[in-house]
Amino acid sequence: MELTVWTYEGPPHVGAMRVATSMQDVHYVLHAPQGDTYADLLFTMIERRKARPPVTYTTFQARDLSGDTAEIFKKACRDAAERFKPQAMLVGASCTAELIQDDPGGLAKTLDLAMPVIPLELPSYSKKENWGAAETFYRIVRGFCQGYQQGETANDRKRVNILGSTSLGFRNRDDIREVVRLVEMLGLEVNVIAPLGASPADIARIPEAGFNIVLYPEIAETAARWLKKTFGQEMTSTIPIGVGATRDFIMEVAELAGVDPAPALDDDAERLSWYSRSIDSNYLTGKRVFIFGDATHAVAAARIASEELGFRVCGLGTYSREHAREVRAAASRLGLEALISDNHLDVEDAIIAAAPELVLGTQMERHVAKRLRVPCAVISSPVHVQDFPARYSPQMGAEGANVIFDSWVHPLMMGLEEHLLQMFRSDFEFNDDAQASHLAAVHAPAANPSADEHSPKAETIQQASDSLSWTTDAEKELRKIPFFVRGKARRNTESFAAERGVNPITIETLYDAKAHFGR
Amino acid sequence: MNVVTRNPDIACQSADSRPGDFQPLRERGQHEVFCGLTSIMWLHRKMQDAFFLIVGSRTCAHLMQSAAGVMIFAEPRFATAIIGERDLAGMADMNDELDKVVERLLARRPDIKMLVLVGSCPSEVIKLDLSRAASRLDRLHQPRHRVMAYSGSGIETTFTQGEDNFLAELVTRMPAEKPGAAPSLIVVGAMADVVEDQMTRIFHGMGIENVAFLPSRSSESLPAIGPNTAFLMAQPWVNATALAMQKRGARRIAAPYPLGEEGTTAWLKAAAEEFRVDASRFDAITAPGRERARLAVERYREALAGKRIFLFPDSQLEPALARFLHRELGCEIIEAGTPYMHREHVAEELAQLPASATLSEGQDVELQIDRVHESNPDLIVCGMGLGNPFEAEGRSTKWSIELVFSPIHGYEQAGDLAELFARPLARRGLLKVGT
Repeated sequence: MELTVWTYEGPPHVGAMRVATSMQDVHYVLHAPQGDTYADLLFTMIERRKARPPVTYTTFQARDLSGDTAEIFKKACRDAAERFKPQAMLVGASCTAELIQDDPGGLAKTLDLAMPVIPLELPSYSKKENWGAAETFYRIVRGFCQGYQQGETANDRKRVNILGSTSLGFRNRDDIREVVRLVEMLGLEVNVIAPLGASPADIARIPEAGFNIVLYPEIAETAARWLKKTFGQEMTSTIPIGVGATRDFIMEVAELAGVDPAPALDDDAERLSWYSRSIDSNYLTGKRVFIFGDATHAVAAARIASEELGFRVCGLGTYSREHAREVRAAASRLGLEALISDNHLDVEDAIIAAAPELVLGTQMERHVAKRLRVPCAVISSPVHVQDFPARYSPQMGAEGANVIFDSWVHPLMMGLEEHLLQMFRSDFEFNDDAQASHLAAVHAPAANPSADEHSPKAETIQQASDSLSWTTDAEKELRKIPFFVRGKARRNTESFAAERGVNPITIETLYDAKAHFGR
Repeated sequence: MNVVTRNPDIACQSADSRPGDFQPLRERGQHEVFCGLTSIMWLHRKMQDAFFLIVGSRTCAHLMQSAAGVMIFAEPRFATAIIGERDLAGMADMNDELDKVVERLLARRPDIKMLVLVGSCPSEVIKLDLSRAASRLDRLHQPRHRVMAYSGSGIETTFTQGEDNFLAELVTRMPAEKPGAAPSLIVVGAMADVVEDQMTRIFHGMGIENVAFLPSRSSESLPAIGPNTAFLMAQPWVNATALAMQKRGARRIAAPYPLGEEGTTAWLKAAAEEFRVDASRFDAITAPGRERARLAVERYREALAGKRIFLFPDSQLEPALARFLHRELGCEIIEAGTPYMHREHVAEELAQLPASATLSEGQDVELQIDRVHESNPDLIVCGMGLGNPFEAEGRSTKWSIELVFSPIHGYEQAGDLAELFARPLARRGLLKVGT
């Protein structure tokens, strides 16, 4: 039993719903109690989808348990087949139905439905959403491809599939457009994009391509490995998020396809590189950034932060245990130990300990950052209605890099604003309790010198060390440092003092430490 | 029917009302409703020293963070103890595991006075006895923390029935009133704090001094109950709670629900009669509120009069909302669906609904959607799973959950309630963009 307030991933049947909802002409009959229909609103509200997800729930109740819940399932399945006439029917159970062991797959087989039935066994008590999505996609691919007669067009290296994009995926809708553009610049033909937008008939054509672009390993890797084993289709391993990764991706795809990468490498749509080199970006140098998300986006973010924006990554982690290895490797390249946890309280503690100046995370970390008054940008699922912006805003490819530059840099104080804040920090309306002026029309009330001291999290940061004390003057001097770097200054000074056995900490110690650590 | 009868005798049935023995349309298919856990969304804000610990699955936890459509910013006063494979396989003793979770939680949140274990579908199906666990934990942690339990599982409850189960359990913990205690009134069903304050002023004005609300704002201020207690239901879903209160000797004051000017007046009047409040005093106290409510509602009458409304089942408020829309705003009710109907507790509402309105209980959402397509209503009141798909078809909708999450009861909110229904129509008129 595990205590949790917020979760990074839903149950595995929600992953299956994401795949079903992404596709055309598929219907999912879910044996589930009344109430599990809440999952519909993930799609209709968060993603603002115009149609209900293609899911029928049996919504059994307690009084049905003594009767025949299997019969309820069969009726729901028959009715859904009749009403929606899908090309394929997925059947499965949610957590409660798993306990009553009605075997939806077996029951559906007895119905002699007009369309193929794919039974899904998604263990709710040990697996989670992304695993459920990956397993569902794999079952569908396997179900519709295993009868494929190889020979005609197979292994045409200039035809590719793009796999892994789903409904509720972080910016998947726009990433697809960006990746299709890259692939077409290389003169390749897109064979199938799946699951997003694909029908079972499209899935059956997957083996016609030469290789598979795996956009999102969390969801497509299981299926892509099976395709490689069964049809010899190669798969890509680079995720084109960021300038460097996009170039690597182009090279990888060009090599698999046997074409010249130049047309895509020469594309001049990308602006991140110049923006990052331009002088006003100097103030980004060495900013401490904490990164947490699914493995794909966290690893990509770490590379962009350190190699393309000149930040210093002070924390890196993921909630995807299945892909922890990649994140551990990325962290060790940066001299860090990866945080692998699906407990958001652990993540919060790690953020406090790392004292970052920018948090790149999920909606969960956005809330933490907001409480700590640290700027934040969202880089990964789980998603929120705000993660489906009306404008085109991919993460992948050239435009993705441009979007990332804007969305990570804008929450920060602008260069000169930061300087002025440091120089005249008691200005009555332009003080460090005020938001960056371009972010809020209304400034905070005049500085309340102790405001941040009263939040319990601020206490945690500031009382890192019980044994050390600060003289009143040193404490006052510390306050002259803007809030967003004050935590770091305090930490540095205290560790400096502790190492040298200085106690209490005076103004001199504060500046000695500053000289010792540099900025 | 487009003509509204403004009958001064509000208890009187309208001319075309249905016979008392009518049968609602009952359907069994997919229920597109929340489970009872969802009522924790407001309960954890209402009772500020309580903490709700759901004992359930990852689905329960996921529901809680998704159901409100947005995540709640502050650390909420609810959490989920997620049952894992080890628990089910018997590799871990579930009661020991629960004790550990509770210990961890109380260490983290020592300010919790009342810990509420909430049963879920999985905990009910595996027959984990949370009441026994609660008594064990209560003995362990009292007096610092009290521990109780109720079920909010989807197999037993929809949406608002979760609150009903919680309150019914609270009733067993209410102190007994002292022998010969002065008559007192308890208003049952969570309402916004500001509404409670308004109601309290009116009751005091009428001379009813001993007024309490259930749920109370703190677990330590539960009102006393006994034969000198009368209670008014403020929400139609507190059915099991009403029964539990009657068992403890309290009397239910039958009334419609305090929605709209008429509903609020009839509701207050029922209390006034029970407490023998002089008619002229009642009139004097309620007159300003009645006038303000009429004026506020009148503003939206033009937008809503004659509009054809279809209500999907959601909170059990539907019959009362339909009555308000019909009588005070001149709407035509095509269908009022409700997940569950306690006939006796909505008798006053049903009596005022026109016979032309279909009343449905339970749900087959596909058939209900078919009926929307056939009847083509002007406004559909429905849940968040259905709203955008209907809007994409070019129809107007009002999300029903807002009716549970907004102050809508009483005179001062009657206009706000009307506005909630008028807004989607007004918005439609404003926008010059397509779907």
